[in-house]
Amino acid sequence: MSKERGVLTGEHFVNGDWACAEGALAAGCRFFAGYPITPATEIAERMSKRLPEVGGVFIQMEDEIASMSAILGGSWGGVKSMTSTSGPGFSLMMENFGLGLMTETPCVVVNVQRGGPSTGLPTLVGQADMMQARWGSHGDYEVIALAPQSPQECFDLTIEAFNLSETFRMPVLVMSDEVVGHMTEKVTIPRLADIRLVERRKPTVPKESYKPFQPTEDLVPEMCNAGEGYFIHVTGLTHNEKGYPVITAEAQEKLVRRLVDKVRVNVDRIIKLEERFVDDADVIVVSYGISARTAKSAVAMARAKGLRVGFLRLITAWPFPEKQILELAHRVEAFVVPEINFGQMAREVERCAAGHALTVPVTHAGGDIHHPEKVLSVIESTLKLRVKRQVPALSAQ
Amino acid sequence: MNALLEDGTIDQETAVEQFLRMDRLPHIWCPGCGIGTAMRSTIEALLEMNIPQEDLAVVSGIGCTARTAGYLKLDSFHTTHGRAIPFATGLKLANPKLNVFVFSGDGDLFAIGGNHLIHAARRNMDIKVICVNNFIYGMTGGQVGCTTPTHSKTSTSPYGNYEPPFNLPFLAAAAGAVYVARWTTYHVRQIKRSVQEAFSKRGFCFVEVISPCPTVYGSRNGFPTGLDMMKYFKANSQTLAGADPRDVGIELGGKIKVGKFVDAERPTFQNMLSEMWGDIGLQENRMVEAE
Repeated sequence: MSKERGVLTGEHFVNGDWACAEGALAAGCRFFAGYPITPATEIAERMSKRLPEVGGVFIQMEDEIASMSAILGGSWGGVKSMTSTSGPGFSLMMENFGLGLMTETPCVVVNVQRGGPSTGLPTLVGQADMMQARWGSHGDYEVIALAPQSPQECFDLTIEAFNLSETFRMPVLVMSDEVVGHMTEKVTIPRLADIRLVERRKPTVPKESYKPFQPTEDLVPEMCNAGEGYFIHVTGLTHNEKGYPVITAEAQEKLVRRLVDKVRVNVDRIIKLEERFVDDADVIVVSYGISARTAKSAVAMARAKGLRVGFLRLITAWPFPEKQILELAHRVEAFVVPEINFGQMAREVERCAAGHALTVPVTHAGGDIHHPEKVLSVIESTLKLRVKRQVPALSAQ
Repeated sequence: MNALLEDGTIDQETAVEQFLRMDRLPHIWCPGCGIGTAMRSTIEALLEMNIPQEDLAVVSGIGCTARTAGYLKLDSFHTTHGRAIPFATGLKLANPKLNVFVFSGDGDLFAIGGNHLIHAARRNMDIKVICVNNFIYGMTGGQVGCTTPTHSKTSTSPYGNYEPPFNLPFLAAAAGAVYVARWTTYHVRQIKRSVQEAFSKRGFCFVEVISPCPTVYGSRNGFPTGLDMMKYFKANSQTLAGADPRDVGIELGGKIKVGKFVDAERPTFQNMLSEMWGDIGLQENRMVEAE
């Protein structure tokens, strides 16, 4: 089989899960370990068909714990690796997701979110794993999570997830959802030459002096692969630059602070947002994934009515755009946050607004997407509050 | 045989030290523990086989035995509790040239990680598993486990264990391992030979090494020192090569049947894959090439 089949350049009419798999292949993913779960199964199915065509390996593991462990092993073997899952499987992956963070192992985990908790709504949409994405594993850490709103973005953001995972040497999450995963739309796959790919930052020092956890300038260590003669030790225990366990408060502070800081100091390189009509906005609708598409319709309807409503889409859900929200909070009266949960990212918006603007969640327990009319009605009722301009508004009357 | 060792340039101790992270010693194991013995026999086996050190990778889970990965001067991965085998599976599939082996304990491999072990054996994944069985959770202070003999006293079975233990060779064999052997730490040469046989075979190979844990198992069960337990191993081991694995279960104070129980051939996961797709060499092939 031809290696060019890794990138199916052209236009396709496909669903988000298919696009996610093709994005992974285009990014150079050649190892996939997974376990069937609705509504992410189509990613595994596509990978099982496609990986052998491009010299890669697909393996269906015995569970999601094994899947997550296997892709960490695959990554240290020198191959870009991915798994995909949904809520229950995501829960099972959390311990080894933490191992990936602690051992700074690049890989990509796709969560096609469904309704939870527990088995919940296997075939219906949810967005209630956003906080689990952030805090699901034990301990303190930072994550990177991207939220596609369309099959096209499933393709684009899966590539971006691989690039970020190699750039920052960490597992990266693609937080898709059932509607995006199952919706069929046009997906344009560019030519390979037009796709930006980031490859592993290999050691630049002699073998004897290489330390697998020695940070470079941007706090990210260079990474060798197993089998290259570096004789590295990799452990989930708190460790020093050499990778050797050091069970002290000082070593913990040094390591965990760097793991957190390598994301925090690089937020401007990571965070991507889509902004519309924010300059004159009184209220900004903040959303992500499929809810952002509903929200965008609501914003268009509001604008048509002459209401000054803006739109902010979190393409990057984590790290959260703290600076941007705070800056906007000084300019607007309120944020309206539609999401398919009981207000997970809304809490972040509220935290970052720090009292300078009101945050109004538009909640939904899952199983369906928001209706634009519902979001519009919340926008309108929020505008009526006139939180900041209450006094001048009254005096004008 | 290692060339430098063979021509007398270095002695056996120096050769063994080349496989150890000397800057991490002394190790954490208690006096009388058998894990170091199992590690030493494994190193000697690898030394004689003369596999280039960079072509070896060791993966472990969590526990006393799992600390071995941190002492071996190989690419070594100390992963999460029970998950050494799936990690090793990913590593082996990503780089088929690596000789990947798992060195971990009975609780790690058969209790929390039992599901992964039986599935790797079923697939006949080309990895070698060396399991040190000390009948107990040592690192956490001596709790009952899935290998603890019935009636043994432990910190969580203070009146005696009221569960039957797993028979590890039988389980590994039933799940499809192509090589199954058991020895005690009294049998250092036999461990070495079995490790060599396992590394010479393709497929899922399993070597159980029964080890004393005087600190938290022996002390509560009539073997207060490592020496007491070694004497018990010496007096009570019965070598039964080719014995039916179903007959080699262990009882407290009873005979310990040791030997090579399974040495079979069947296609590995890698064989099945290349039968369908030719040689899939991810290392050479993994990156997308320009159109």
